[in-house]
Amino acid sequence: MTPATYFIEATYLLASVLFVLGLKAMSHPESARRGMFYAEAGMLAAIIGTLMHHEIVSYEWIIAGLVIGSVVGALMAIWVPMTAMPQRTALSHAFGAMAAALVGIAEYSIHGAGLGTFTLGALGFEVMLGSLTTTGSLIAAGKLQGVVRGTPIQFKGQQIFNLLLFSGTLASFIYLLLHPANAAAFYLMVGLATLFGVMLVIPIGSADMPVVMSLLNSYAGLAAAATGFVLSNSVLIIAGTLDGFSGLILSILMCKAMNRSITNVLFGGFGAVHAAGAEASGTMREISLDDAAVQLAYANRVIFVPGYGLATAQAQHAVRELAAQLEARGVTVKYGIHPVAGRMPGHMNVLLAEANVPYSELYEMEQINPEFPSTDVAVVIGANDVVNPDARDNPQSPIAGMPILEVDRAKSVIVLKRGQGRGFSGLENPLFFKPVTSMLYGDAKASLSQLTQAIQHAA
Amino acid sequence: MNPAVLIASLYVFVLAAFLGYQVISRVPPLLHTPLMSATNAISGISLIGSLVIAGAHYTRLSTILGFIAVTTATINVVGGFGITDRMLKMFQQRQAEKKAVSK
Repeated sequence: MTPATYFIEATYLLASVLFVLGLKAMSHPESARRGMFYAEAGMLAAIIGTLMHHEIVSYEWIIAGLVIGSVVGALMAIWVPMTAMPQRTALSHAFGAMAAALVGIAEYSIHGAGLGTFTLGALGFEVMLGSLTTTGSLIAAGKLQGVVRGTPIQFKGQQIFNLLLFSGTLASFIYLLLHPANAAAFYLMVGLATLFGVMLVIPIGSADMPVVMSLLNSYAGLAAAATGFVLSNSVLIIAGTLDGFSGLILSILMCKAMNRSITNVLFGGFGAVHAAGAEASGTMREISLDDAAVQLAYANRVIFVPGYGLATAQAQHAVRELAAQLEARGVTVKYGIHPVAGRMPGHMNVLLAEANVPYSELYEMEQINPEFPSTDVAVVIGANDVVNPDARDNPQSPIAGMPILEVDRAKSVIVLKRGQGRGFSGLENPLFFKPVTSMLYGDAKASLSQLTQAIQHAA
Repeated sequence: MNPAVLIASLYVFVLAAFLGYQVISRVPPLLHTPLMSATNAISGISLIGSLVIAGAHYTRLSTILGFIAVTTATINVVGGFGITDRMLKMFQQRQAEKKAVSK
């Protein structure tokens, strides 16, 4: 080993340690930012180390790529609004996976059959995962941005087609392992995996995006780890695996939060066909703005339950102002956040943090549920399925068993809703018909600001 | 790759998986979005693979693929860390402000 190789390996070891320390610091909001500085330093060390690599003969393409990438990346980091965070993250998964796939394709185009069976096996995984994650993430980003239709896109024989596509991808991979020099098999594998990525995501509805995002996160990481196997590079394996497992853990958490299996999310096409849910009966009680304001103003404890409707109405700041107004009157205000309240894990927390809500007021589902019985008013803003008591009470409901925020146990519930329509899943929500519940119709942002004003005048 | 290297790599993979599970499980749901963008930025480490391909000039095709890979991986790294920091700053600042107000 040359001195340069020792230096490179030292930077990789340093980077691995710093990545782990960085993620460890993520366990608390106060230390998380410092942790990211560690991770950034680790990345910088690994890049500097790599630039010493003896195979590199010229730097013009490297510099061009680094400069263009940095400019685009920095612009994205500065300009992307927090509501668009899921799209940006999906796009980012696509970029990361694409880099891994392209490295794999380049390696094969250079070495071909000379790679050996083990390396070719790892390379196959790298390229397959990389390609399908690239297109899958692009479709996910398109759905989240509204460029691609958000509702499930389904056709007859879709599952059989997908199964054939998947088998075809694997078959060309196995054929490639047996005939490493057959470039056609390699490129067929790339093509099929690319198409499979598209087919995998189009039948999935927008409301299921938290799971899909986490899964794609996992695949992108595993593609990077597979690159590490191909290049026999430990820092790539470590970083890729950390990403892969982070995504996997999040997928499992998201599935639990919806009480569904990953296969059900991927192949269920939820949101397209609705099994007959029990029709809730009774009348919905409408409440006037002034009555709602009085109820809130004279409450002791209020819990806000935001759903994705809050974000679409851009009402994060409005809810914060209302909360501030209430707190000034001595009302205790908390927020109950369901794990799938946004379009990606933890999205709602970020949106509220951006609107100056201190994180100490944000409560997880398990923490806040025991508090509802002692709560005077629970305010549901743009949330539907995550507060549907049918999930708990009606075993026949399509969402039976899904953990919910038990707002119906509060002394009274005010539901802010655009109109009388149903939620994403298209299910009737018995919460709206309960005696404790009153409905406040209208745009969430406008309603919240008017409530704030009404309370201000009352004082 | 000879079998010994493959086995060493597998050890690294399995141990990293356990470590990842332990470390990531401790991240509160509050920070799951920054977590995802942070791990995403970290997986931009595939940049180091693409740097060599882009700079080594094996073939014209590999250089072009390497260049594109360097670009997309850099977008991932810079964009990912940038936006993670922007989010974490929000969580940190608001808390500091609140403490200041309550004092």
